[in-house]
Amino acid sequence: MLNSIWFGMIVLSVVCALCNGRLGDLSAALMDGAQTAVELSLFLLGSMCAWLGFLKIAEESGLSLLIARALAPVIGRLFPEYRDDQEIQGKISLNLSANLLGLGNAATPLGLAAMKSMAQRNPTDRPTKGMILFVVMNTASLQLIPLNMAAMRASCGSAVPFSILPQVWITSAASLAVCMTACKLLERRSLWNR
Amino acid sequence: MEQVGAAALPVMVGVILLFGFVKGVEVLDVFLTGAREGLETSLRLLPTLIGLIVAVTMVRASGLLDLLAGLLAPLAQGMGVDPELLPLALLRPISGSGASAYTLTLLQKFGPDSPAGKIASVLSSSTETTFYAVAVYFGSCGYKRLGHTLPAALLGDAAALVFSVLSVKLLG
Repeated sequence: MLNSIWFGMIVLSVVCALCNGRLGDLSAALMDGAQTAVELSLFLLGSMCAWLGFLKIAEESGLSLLIARALAPVIGRLFPEYRDDQEIQGKISLNLSANLLGLGNAATPLGLAAMKSMAQRNPTDRPTKGMILFVVMNTASLQLIPLNMAAMRASCGSAVPFSILPQVWITSAASLAVCMTACKLLERRSLWNR
Repeated sequence: MEQVGAAALPVMVGVILLFGFVKGVEVLDVFLTGAREGLETSLRLLPTLIGLIVAVTMVRASGLLDLLAGLLAPLAQGMGVDPELLPLALLRPISGSGASAYTLTLLQKFGPDSPAGKIASVLSSSTETTFYAVAVYFGSCGYKRLGHTLPAALLGDAAALVFSVLSVKLLG
């Protein structure tokens, strides 16, 4: 599926740029994009190494297990395939906690570690239901306090930068509920599992 | 509120380290073992990131999003949504930094406490960069089939657009 989306994005961009005479911008964008990706991965490299280091400490000390046990009623219900796997439950719990706290830099490395462990226990070449739900949850926003947005609003002269909190909570919760419900409903249909 | 948020990271790291130290874990050695795995994961991600970001940058530079937003504008107006919010809704799932920049221009133009400014703020902070998350999470472990991931995730993004408008209209 990613193949056709990637193809579509690039071909449509070229056609669109041809029509409105933005070909110069497009060539610049191609090179800029590649460069940005390298810069971003250097940035990611730092937070990835740091957080996988902290994760290892949390796992060795048993902290990750403690958090997993505390969240087990929720995690076990959402990810029944991994009900008996405390290592995976621990990684999922840490990723979700980091997301709730708004620590995006920590959430991605922890989430990738969880994906790696789930992939190691998966003999097929298709992602498991649990992996799909986990990724879908990570495409929704779980962040409780949107600090960056509040800072941006304050810098634009907002009198009450945090006044959007209730709306953000309602919207995030509704969006999360919709994508998780969709995920649980669609996983029953074989259409998507081809 | 700012202090609570700023404390989250140091507190999380502090608790992890303190717990490890008390339990007699050789914290630095274990940290280094984990960090080494990060090196490998990041390198494996680089090609995925290049492919994704090149495509996203091209879409943004080509004016494709403006074209789509123009086509959808009548629909948005029918729902009482400012058409200038549409490019944000289209940009948010594909580019986090692009969406941030566009939100900033909307806040400057309409004012952060105006209805349009509030909807933009709510929409930006209630969703994540869907395509980035999907590409990075599946790319890191080499899956090509994504099953129902994208339909489910994009339904969530569509719900975020609807609810950001509704919640700001209802609660002010």
